[in-house]
Amino acid sequence: MDQKLIFMTLVGMTLVTAIPRILPLVALSSRNLPPLLGRWLGYIPAAVLSAMLLPALLTQDDRIRLDFDNLFFWCAIPTLIVAWRTRSIFGTVITGMMMVALGRLY
Amino acid sequence: MVTQSALPTRHRMNDHSTKTDELSELEQKPLNCDRSLTAFTRDDIEKDPGPDKHNAHGTESGALKQASPIIIGYLPIGFAYGVLADKAGLSLVNALLMSVIVFAGSAQLIAVGLFASGAAPMSIIATTFVVNLRHLLMSAALAPAMRRWRKREMTLFGFELTDETFAVHSARFAAGDSKKCVSLQINLLAHASWVGGSLLGIIASELISDVRPVGLDYALPAMFIALLVLQCTRPGLVRVAIFSGIVSVALQQLGVTDWNVILATLLGATFGVMGEKTWTRN
Repeated sequence: MDQKLIFMTLVGMTLVTAIPRILPLVALSSRNLPPLLGRWLGYIPAAVLSAMLLPALLTQDDRIRLDFDNLFFWCAIPTLIVAWRTRSIFGTVITGMMMVALGRLY
Repeated sequence: MVTQSALPTRHRMNDHSTKTDELSELEQKPLNCDRSLTAFTRDDIEKDPGPDKHNAHGTESGALKQASPIIIGYLPIGFAYGVLADKAGLSLVNALLMSVIVFAGSAQLIAVGLFASGAAPMSIIATTFVVNLRHLLMSAALAPAMRRWRKREMTLFGFELTDETFAVHSARFAAGDSKKCVSLQINLLAHASWVGGSLLGIIASELISDVRPVGLDYALPAMFIALLVLQCTRPGLVRVAIFSGIVSVALQQLGVTDWNVILATLLGATFGVMGEKTWTRN
Protein backbone atom coordinates (compact mmCIF):
# COMPACT_ATOMS: atom_id res chain seq x y z
CA MET A 1 0.00 0.00 0.00
CA ASP A 2 1.48 3.38 -0.86
CA GLN A 3 2.08 5.94 1.84
CA LYS A 4 -0.63 8.32 0.64
CA LEU A 5 -3.29 5.61 0.90
CA ILE A 6 -1.94 4.68 4.34
CA PHE A 7 -2.28 8.32 5.34
CA MET A 8 -5.93 8.39 4.17
CA THR A 9 -6.57 5.22 6.16
CA LEU A 10 -5.07 6.86 9.24
CA VAL A 11 -7.42 9.82 8.87
CA GLY A 12 -10.39 7.43 8.71
CA MET A 13 -9.12 5.54 11.76
CA THR A 14 -8.79 8.83 13.62
CA LEU A 15 -12.39 9.82 12.87
CA VAL A 16 -13.90 6.50 13.97
CA THR A 17 -11.75 6.55 17.12
CA ALA A 18 -12.07 10.20 18.19
CA ILE A 19 -15.81 10.67 17.60
CA PRO A 20 -16.95 7.93 20.04
CA ARG A 21 -14.43 9.25 22.57
CA ILE A 22 -15.55 12.89 22.39
CA LEU A 23 -19.26 12.79 21.53
CA PRO A 24 -20.62 11.45 24.86
CA LEU A 25 -18.55 13.98 26.82
CA VAL A 26 -19.93 16.91 24.88
CA ALA A 27 -23.47 15.54 24.64
CA LEU A 28 -23.94 14.30 28.21
CA SER A 29 -21.81 16.46 30.48
CA SER A 30 -24.13 19.45 30.61
CA ARG A 31 -27.36 17.52 31.09
CA ASN A 32 -29.08 16.23 34.14
CA LEU A 33 -29.19 12.56 33.36
CA PRO A 34 -32.16 10.47 34.40
CA PRO A 35 -31.22 8.90 37.75
CA LEU A 36 -31.42 5.37 36.35
CA LEU A 37 -28.99 6.21 33.52
CA GLY A 38 -26.70 7.94 36.01
CA ARG A 39 -26.61 4.86 38.20
CA TRP A 40 -26.08 2.63 35.17
CA LEU A 41 -23.11 4.74 34.07
CA GLY A 42 -21.73 4.47 37.60
CA TYR A 43 -21.23 0.75 37.02
CA ILE A 44 -19.42 1.22 33.70
CA PRO A 45 -15.86 1.74 35.07
CA ALA A 46 -15.84 -1.41 37.22
CA ALA A 47 -17.53 -3.38 34.42
CA VAL A 48 -15.27 -2.29 31.58
CA LEU A 49 -12.02 -2.56 33.56
CA SER A 50 -12.88 -6.09 34.59
CA ALA A 51 -14.10 -7.02 31.10
CA MET A 52 -10.74 -5.95 29.66
CA LEU A 53 -8.59 -7.33 32.50
CA LEU A 54 -9.94 -10.84 33.00
CA PRO A 55 -9.38 -12.07 29.44
CA ALA A 56 -5.82 -10.68 29.62
CA LEU A 57 -5.14 -12.65 32.80
CA LEU A 58 -6.96 -15.91 32.12
CA THR A 59 -6.29 -16.50 28.44
CA GLN A 60 -3.35 -16.81 26.09
CA ASP A 61 -4.07 -16.73 22.36
CA ASP A 62 -7.81 -16.63 23.16
CA ARG A 63 -7.72 -19.92 25.15
CA ILE A 64 -8.11 -20.21 28.92
CA ARG A 65 -4.77 -21.26 30.45
CA LEU A 66 -4.41 -21.64 34.19
CA ASP A 67 -1.20 -23.71 34.35
CA PHE A 68 2.01 -22.20 35.69
CA ASP A 69 3.08 -21.12 32.21
CA ASN A 70 0.47 -18.40 32.45
CA LEU A 71 2.52 -16.02 34.58
CA PHE A 72 0.01 -13.19 34.08
CA PHE A 73 -2.65 -15.14 35.96
CA TRP A 74 -0.52 -16.40 38.85
CA CYS A 75 1.23 -13.05 39.33
CA ALA A 76 -2.19 -11.39 39.45
CA ILE A 77 -2.88 -13.01 42.84
CA PRO A 78 -0.04 -11.35 44.82
CA THR A 79 -0.55 -8.19 42.74
CA LEU A 80 -4.22 -8.12 43.72
CA ILE A 81 -3.34 -8.56 47.39
CA VAL A 82 -0.84 -5.68 47.23
CA ALA A 83 -3.43 -3.48 45.48
CA TRP A 84 -6.04 -4.33 48.10
CA ARG A 85 -3.75 -3.79 51.09
CA THR A 86 -1.79 -0.72 49.94
CA ARG A 87 -4.25 0.97 47.52
CA SER A 88 -1.16 2.30 45.74
CA ILE A 89 -1.25 2.12 41.95
CA PHE A 90 2.47 2.60 41.60
CA GLY A 91 3.38 0.02 44.27
CA THR A 92 1.01 -2.46 42.66
CA VAL A 93 2.53 -1.97 39.21
CA ILE A 94 6.09 -2.40 40.52
CA THR A 95 5.09 -5.54 42.45
CA GLY A 96 3.37 -7.03 39.41
CA MET A 97 6.28 -6.36 37.06
CA MET A 98 8.79 -7.79 39.56
CA MET A 99 6.69 -10.94 40.00
CA VAL A 100 6.52 -11.49 36.22
CA ALA A 101 10.23 -10.75 35.80
CA LEU A 102 11.13 -13.19 38.59
CA GLY A 103 8.75 -15.80 37.19
CA ARG A 104 10.52 -15.64 33.84
CA LEU A 105 13.90 -16.35 35.44
CA TYR A 106 12.78 -19.91 36.26
CA MET B 1 -10.97 -6.64 47.29
CA VAL B 2 -13.81 -4.83 48.95
CA THR B 3 -12.36 -2.64 51.66
CA GLN B 4 -12.57 1.05 51.19
CA SER B 5 -11.35 2.46 54.48
CA ALA B 6 -8.57 4.41 52.80
CA LEU B 7 -10.93 6.46 50.70
CA PRO B 8 -11.51 9.82 52.35
CA THR B 9 -14.54 10.85 50.38
CA ARG B 10 -16.47 8.07 48.87
CA HIS B 11 -19.25 8.51 46.40
CA ARG B 12 -20.33 7.55 42.97
CA MET B 13 -19.19 9.78 40.20
CA ASN B 14 -22.73 10.45 39.11
CA ASP B 15 -23.85 11.72 42.49
CA HIS B 16 -23.52 15.30 41.50
CA SER B 17 -26.69 15.19 39.45
CA THR B 18 -28.16 16.42 42.72
CA LYS B 19 -25.89 19.41 42.98
CA THR B 20 -27.48 22.79 43.00
CA ASP B 21 -27.02 26.49 43.32
CA GLU B 22 -23.67 26.46 45.10
CA LEU B 23 -21.93 25.27 41.99
CA SER B 24 -23.45 27.76 39.62
CA GLU B 25 -21.42 30.36 41.44
CA LEU B 26 -18.25 28.40 40.82
CA GLU B 27 -19.17 27.95 37.19
CA GLN B 28 -18.77 31.62 36.50
CA LYS B 29 -15.23 31.79 37.76
CA PRO B 30 -12.51 31.57 35.14
CA LEU B 31 -10.38 28.50 34.67
CA ASN B 32 -7.66 28.48 37.27
CA CYS B 33 -5.27 25.61 37.63
CA ASP B 34 -4.15 26.38 41.15
CA ARG B 35 -7.35 25.61 42.90
CA SER B 36 -9.60 22.64 42.89
CA LEU B 37 -12.35 23.24 40.39
CA THR B 38 -14.33 20.24 41.33
CA ALA B 39 -16.62 19.35 44.10
CA PHE B 40 -19.47 17.13 43.23
CA THR B 41 -22.13 17.73 45.80
CA ARG B 42 -22.98 19.95 48.67
CA ASP B 43 -21.77 17.13 50.92
CA ASP B 44 -18.45 16.99 49.20
CA ILE B 45 -17.87 20.67 49.59
CA GLU B 46 -18.47 20.35 53.30
CA LYS B 47 -16.43 17.20 53.69
CA ASP B 48 -13.62 18.24 51.40
CA PRO B 49 -10.49 17.41 53.39
CA GLY B 50 -8.20 19.66 51.36
CA PRO B 51 -6.50 19.74 48.04
CA ASP B 52 -4.05 16.92 48.68
CA LYS B 53 -6.28 14.46 50.38
CA HIS B 54 -9.26 13.99 48.17
CA ASN B 55 -8.00 11.39 45.81
CA ALA B 56 -8.18 7.65 46.26
CA HIS B 57 -4.50 7.05 46.53
CA GLY B 58 -3.32 9.26 49.34
CA THR B 59 -0.36 11.31 48.30
CA GLU B 60 -0.42 10.48 44.60
CA SER B 61 -1.82 13.79 43.50
CA GLY B 62 0.64 15.11 40.89
CA ALA B 63 -0.01 14.45 37.22
CA LEU B 64 3.40 12.86 36.68
CA LYS B 65 3.01 10.52 39.60
CA GLN B 66 -0.50 9.53 38.56
CA ALA B 67 0.56 9.07 34.95
CA SER B 68 3.72 7.12 35.81
CA PRO B 69 2.18 3.62 35.59
CA ILE B 70 0.79 4.57 32.18
CA ILE B 71 4.17 5.90 31.06
CA ILE B 72 5.96 2.75 32.23
CA GLY B 73 3.39 0.71 30.34
CA TYR B 74 3.19 2.83 27.20
CA LEU B 75 6.91 3.19 26.48
CA PRO B 76 7.53 -0.52 25.83
CA ILE B 77 4.19 -1.11 24.07
CA GLY B 78 4.69 2.03 21.98
CA PHE B 79 8.15 0.72 21.22
CA ALA B 80 6.70 -2.63 20.13
CA TYR B 81 4.19 -0.78 17.95
CA GLY B 82 6.99 1.28 16.37
CA VAL B 83 9.00 -1.83 15.51
CA LEU B 84 5.96 -3.57 14.02
CA ALA B 85 4.80 -0.47 12.11
CA ASP B 86 8.20 -0.11 10.50
CA LYS B 87 8.29 -3.80 9.62
CA ALA B 88 4.75 -3.49 8.16
CA GLY B 89 6.04 -0.94 5.66
CA LEU B 90 4.69 2.31 7.11
CA SER B 91 6.92 5.31 6.55
CA LEU B 92 8.39 6.99 9.63
CA VAL B 93 5.94 9.88 9.24
CA ASN B 94 2.87 7.65 8.88
CA ALA B 95 3.93 5.32 11.69
CA LEU B 96 4.47 8.25 14.03
CA LEU B 97 1.34 10.03 12.82
CA MET B 98 -0.80 7.04 13.80
CA SER B 99 0.44 7.34 17.40
CA VAL B 100 -0.28 11.07 17.37
CA ILE B 101 -3.75 11.16 15.78
CA VAL B 102 -5.22 7.72 16.51
CA PHE B 103 -3.57 7.10 19.93
CA ALA B 104 -5.09 3.69 20.66
CA GLY B 105 -2.79 0.89 21.81
CA SER B 106 -4.50 -2.32 20.86
CA ALA B 107 -6.19 -0.86 17.76
CA GLN B 108 -2.85 0.38 16.41
CA LEU B 109 -1.20 -3.01 16.91
CA ILE B 110 -4.13 -4.68 15.15
CA ALA B 111 -4.07 -2.11 12.34
CA VAL B 112 -0.36 -2.62 11.78
CA GLY B 113 -0.99 -6.35 11.44
CA LEU B 114 -3.70 -5.59 8.88
CA PHE B 115 -1.46 -3.19 6.96
CA ALA B 116 1.24 -5.88 6.91
CA SER B 117 -1.22 -8.43 5.52
CA GLY B 118 -2.39 -5.99 2.84
CA ALA B 119 -5.95 -5.54 4.10
CA ALA B 120 -8.21 -2.99 2.40
CA PRO B 121 -8.33 0.53 3.97
CA MET B 122 -12.07 0.28 4.64
CA SER B 123 -11.68 -2.97 6.54
CA ILE B 124 -8.85 -1.48 8.61
CA ILE B 125 -11.04 1.52 9.46
CA ALA B 126 -14.04 -0.69 10.29
CA THR B 127 -11.94 -2.92 12.55
CA THR B 128 -10.55 0.14 14.32
CA PHE B 129 -14.09 1.41 14.87
CA VAL B 130 -15.25 -1.83 16.46
CA VAL B 131 -12.11 -2.26 18.58
CA ASN B 132 -12.33 1.31 19.90
CA LEU B 133 -16.10 1.56 20.36
CA ARG B 134 -15.74 0.71 24.07
CA HIS B 135 -14.43 4.27 24.55
CA LEU B 136 -17.99 5.49 23.87
CA LEU B 137 -19.05 3.95 27.18
CA MET B 138 -15.97 5.23 29.00
CA SER B 139 -16.61 8.72 27.70
CA ALA B 140 -20.25 8.55 28.80
CA ALA B 141 -19.21 7.35 32.23
CA LEU B 142 -16.81 10.27 32.74
CA ALA B 143 -19.18 12.91 31.32
CA PRO B 144 -21.17 13.63 34.51
CA ALA B 145 -18.01 14.68 36.36
CA MET B 146 -17.07 17.20 33.65
CA ARG B 147 -20.06 19.47 33.52
CA ARG B 148 -18.02 22.59 34.14
CA TRP B 149 -15.53 21.92 31.38
CA ARG B 150 -15.54 23.91 28.18
CA LYS B 151 -16.32 22.16 24.91
CA ARG B 152 -12.82 22.50 23.55
CA GLU B 153 -11.36 21.18 26.79
CA MET B 154 -13.67 18.18 26.61
CA THR B 155 -12.69 17.68 22.97
CA LEU B 156 -8.99 17.66 23.84
CA PHE B 157 -9.62 15.37 26.80
CA GLY B 158 -11.74 12.96 24.75
CA PHE B 159 -9.20 12.84 21.95
CA GLU B 160 -6.72 11.40 24.44
CA LEU B 161 -9.14 9.06 26.19
CA THR B 162 -7.66 5.58 26.15
CA ASP B 163 -8.29 2.51 28.29
CA GLU B 164 -5.45 3.53 30.53
CA THR B 165 -6.18 7.23 30.87
CA PHE B 166 -9.84 6.32 31.44
CA ALA B 167 -8.84 3.90 34.19
CA VAL B 168 -6.82 6.57 35.97
CA HIS B 169 -9.46 9.30 35.55
CA SER B 170 -12.36 7.13 36.66
CA ALA B 171 -10.52 6.38 39.91
CA ARG B 172 -9.64 10.07 40.37
CA PHE B 173 -13.13 11.35 39.54
CA ALA B 174 -14.78 8.79 41.81
CA ALA B 175 -12.59 10.08 44.64
CA GLY B 176 -13.62 13.69 43.96
CA ASP B 177 -10.47 14.76 42.13
CA SER B 178 -11.35 15.94 38.64
CA LYS B 179 -9.09 18.96 38.38
CA LYS B 180 -8.96 20.07 34.77
CA CYS B 181 -5.26 20.79 34.58
CA VAL B 182 -4.16 17.56 36.23
CA SER B 183 -6.57 15.63 34.00
CA LEU B 184 -5.22 17.17 30.82
CA GLN B 185 -1.61 16.85 31.99
CA ILE B 186 -2.06 13.14 32.70
CA ASN B 187 -3.43 12.70 29.18
CA LEU B 188 -0.61 14.69 27.61
CA LEU B 189 2.06 12.74 29.51
CA ALA B 190 0.45 9.47 28.47
CA HIS B 191 0.19 10.63 24.86
CA ALA B 192 3.78 11.89 24.85
CA SER B 193 5.12 8.61 26.23
CA TRP B 194 3.12 6.69 23.63
CA VAL B 195 4.49 8.81 20.78
CA GLY B 196 8.00 8.72 22.27
CA GLY B 197 7.93 4.94 22.65
CA SER B 198 6.66 4.64 19.07
CA LEU B 199 9.46 6.83 17.75
CA LEU B 200 12.12 4.80 19.58
CA GLY B 201 10.59 1.61 18.19
CA ILE B 202 10.54 2.91 14.62
CA ILE B 203 14.17 3.99 14.90
CA ALA B 204 15.31 0.78 16.63
CA SER B 205 13.37 -1.45 14.25
CA GLU B 206 16.51 -2.35 12.28
CA LEU B 207 18.32 -3.51 15.42
CA ILE B 208 15.57 -5.29 17.33
CA SER B 209 13.97 -8.66 16.84
CA ASP B 210 12.45 -9.40 20.26
CA VAL B 211 9.99 -6.71 21.32
CA ARG B 212 9.06 -8.00 24.79
CA PRO B 213 11.24 -6.59 27.58
CA VAL B 214 11.31 -8.46 30.86
CA GLY B 215 8.33 -7.72 33.09
CA LEU B 216 7.41 -4.46 31.38
CA ASP B 217 4.55 -6.09 29.51
CA TYR B 218 2.83 -6.56 32.89
CA ALA B 219 2.78 -2.84 33.71
CA LEU B 220 -0.66 -2.25 32.19
CA PRO B 221 -2.38 -5.42 33.48
CA ALA B 222 -1.01 -4.63 36.97
CA MET B 223 -2.28 -1.06 36.67
CA PHE B 224 -5.73 -2.34 35.71
CA ILE B 225 -5.71 -4.61 38.77
CA ALA B 226 -4.93 -1.64 41.02
CA LEU B 227 -7.51 0.62 39.39
CA LEU B 228 -10.20 -2.06 39.47
CA VAL B 229 -9.57 -2.55 43.20
CA LEU B 230 -9.87 1.22 43.70
CA GLN B 231 -13.14 1.20 41.74
CA CYS B 232 -14.69 -1.50 43.92
CA THR B 233 -15.85 0.78 46.70
CA ARG B 234 -19.08 -1.06 47.45
CA PRO B 235 -20.36 -4.64 47.18
CA GLY B 236 -22.55 -3.85 44.17
CA LEU B 237 -19.48 -2.79 42.18
CA VAL B 238 -17.59 -5.94 43.17
CA ARG B 239 -20.48 -8.06 41.93
CA VAL B 240 -20.56 -6.12 38.66
CA ALA B 241 -16.78 -6.50 38.21
CA ILE B 242 -16.89 -10.27 38.76
CA PHE B 243 -19.95 -10.64 36.52
CA SER B 244 -18.51 -8.57 33.63
CA GLY B 245 -15.13 -10.26 33.80
CA ILE B 246 -16.66 -13.73 33.60
CA VAL B 247 -19.07 -12.72 30.82
CA SER B 248 -16.20 -11.17 28.85
CA VAL B 249 -14.08 -14.34 29.10
CA ALA B 250 -17.11 -16.52 28.30
CA LEU B 251 -17.97 -14.49 25.19
CA GLN B 252 -14.35 -14.61 24.08
CA GLN B 253 -14.35 -18.39 24.45
CA LEU B 254 -17.51 -18.52 22.34
CA GLY B 255 -15.62 -16.71 19.59
CA VAL B 256 -16.94 -13.17 20.16
CA THR B 257 -13.44 -11.71 20.24
CA ASP B 258 -14.12 -8.20 18.92
CA TRP B 259 -17.30 -7.41 20.83
CA ASN B 260 -16.79 -9.27 24.11
CA VAL B 261 -15.59 -6.25 26.12
CA ILE B 262 -18.43 -3.96 25.00
CA LEU B 263 -21.13 -6.60 25.46
CA ALA B 264 -19.79 -7.66 28.86
CA THR B 265 -19.67 -4.01 29.97
CA LEU B 266 -23.26 -3.31 28.85
CA LEU B 267 -24.51 -6.49 30.50
CA GLY B 268 -22.44 -5.81 33.63
CA ALA B 269 -23.80 -2.29 34.17
CA THR B 270 -27.35 -3.54 33.53
CA PHE B 271 -26.75 -6.39 35.98
CA GLY B 272 -25.59 -3.80 38.51
CA VAL B 273 -28.70 -1.63 38.19
CA MET B 274 -31.06 -4.61 38.17
CA GLY B 275 -29.28 -6.10 41.17
CA GLU B 276 -29.67 -2.96 43.29
CA LYS B 277 -33.25 -3.74 44.33
CA THR B 278 -32.71 -7.45 44.67
CA TRP B 279 -29.66 -7.13 46.88
CA THR B 280 -30.94 -4.36 49.10
CA ARG B 281 -34.19 -6.24 49.64
CA ASN B 282 -32.25 -9.25 50.85
